[in-house]
Amino acid sequence: MTDESPTVESPKTADPKTPSAPSISVAGAAPAIAPDHETDQLKVTLGEFEGPLDLLLYLIRQDQINIYDIPVARITDEYLRYLKVMEELDLALAGDFLVTAAQLVELKSRMLLPRDPLAVGDEIEDPRKELVDRLLEHEKFKAAAQMLWSRATVEQAVFTRAELETDKNNPEVAVGLFDLLTVFQKILARHKEEVLMEIEREEVTMAEMIERLRNMIRSAGELNLVTFFERAQSRRELVVAFLSVLELVRMAEISLTQPETFGEITARAVTPA
Amino acid sequence: MAEHSQTAAELEPEAIEAVEADDEVEGTREISATELKGITESLIFVADEPIDSKSIAKVLRVDQSAVDEAIQSLVEDYSERSGGLQLREIAAGWQISTRPEHHEHVRAYLKSKPSAKLSLASLETLAVIAYKQPVTVPEILEIRGVQSPSAIKTLLDKRLIVAKGRKETVGRPMMYGTSKEFLIQFGLKDLSELPSIEDFQDLAGGSAE
Repeated sequence: MTDESPTVESPKTADPKTPSAPSISVAGAAPAIAPDHETDQLKVTLGEFEGPLDLLLYLIRQDQINIYDIPVARITDEYLRYLKVMEELDLALAGDFLVTAAQLVELKSRMLLPRDPLAVGDEIEDPRKELVDRLLEHEKFKAAAQMLWSRATVEQAVFTRAELETDKNNPEVAVGLFDLLTVFQKILARHKEEVLMEIEREEVTMAEMIERLRNMIRSAGELNLVTFFERAQSRRELVVAFLSVLELVRMAEISLTQPETFGEITARAVTPA
Repeated sequence: MAEHSQTAAELEPEAIEAVEADDEVEGTREISATELKGITESLIFVADEPIDSKSIAKVLRVDQSAVDEAIQSLVEDYSERSGGLQLREIAAGWQISTRPEHHEHVRAYLKSKPSAKLSLASLETLAVIAYKQPVTVPEILEIRGVQSPSAIKTLLDKRLIVAKGRKETVGRPMMYGTSKEFLIQFGLKDLSELPSIEDFQDLAGGSAE
């Protein structure tokens, strides 16, 4: 992967306000203070210490501590001191930082307790193990994030052909729940205006509605959801219709596609691969 | 077609021929290997998303294996020629794109700037989702040690992640996974192309000592 990496220029000149900015590779990787023009306040980016685990890792690295043998008392003190500094800077401390502080203090006190003299060999578990595991796990994902960043950078240097007129007709855009809700709301609104007199009629059950949807899709191959929803005779039936669409999508029986944003949604049977 | 309802015996000889010719169109059509290669390349070129050999085979009504062969031959051509374009497998399909080493000039012509990068928080959240999917918000919090509501919103807005139903546990939290768009934007064939998360172990543990 690395051999095909292009040379990517660092966005040094991007921000005139920070002329001496180092070539930061990832946004928010280093601590920074920048004015927020909208609110007229200074905005502090904590950089790497975006969360408590980041801060802990930083402290461990800074002191070149072996992560498998953390001097808990020392690290806890440093951690708490750092929190104090953040408080003085008037940063609203995220609850997550405080939770970790409490965990550290608890760990510190557990380290002070004498070990169970009756426990033998493997039974003696290092109380720090859980924290170390979490830190290592967290660091793995930080490394994975870096990997994703470099992949994205390479991909940004790759261009595909310009857009064709026909691209908008490509239905291969997955439909999200919100697209579906938008269509549903439109129809619900229209329905409200139309239904003036409601006649007692037999209520359609969910199972019947699912069957109806299945049949309609099977006979036509594909189905415009607007058509399907509009067949509903009452508000209640409309809701049942909507739920049955969700149900079939959940069971992966049908797939929904939407050619354009806010456009019509088409349902198709999913052919088992 | 009316003829199909009749038995073969009732049909005139010409009609039988007609039916046979008809069948041939519906079945596999004869396309020479060279022609198929050319058509395949054209389709990959016009497709606005990576296109798979199955879709190509369906349009051309030929065997998928024939298309696969054509693609392999194209891949060889592209790498031998080492021109300005590359043919790559991405998101379970094939795509023709420029080579990354020419990005500076392409960008100068298009007058385009690299689009905004994801923040570190978003990238970390994305990494957790990519490796742990389907994963819930509390599980992401456990690994990152920090809440990530805005990161998740950003990723959803960019369609890099999608909701994958709810987990049957307390509170039925929403589960998230990566999308096809994720594969495209990060140039991945499929999820298995991501390096194993355990490969990052050495990186993480090693630098600690």
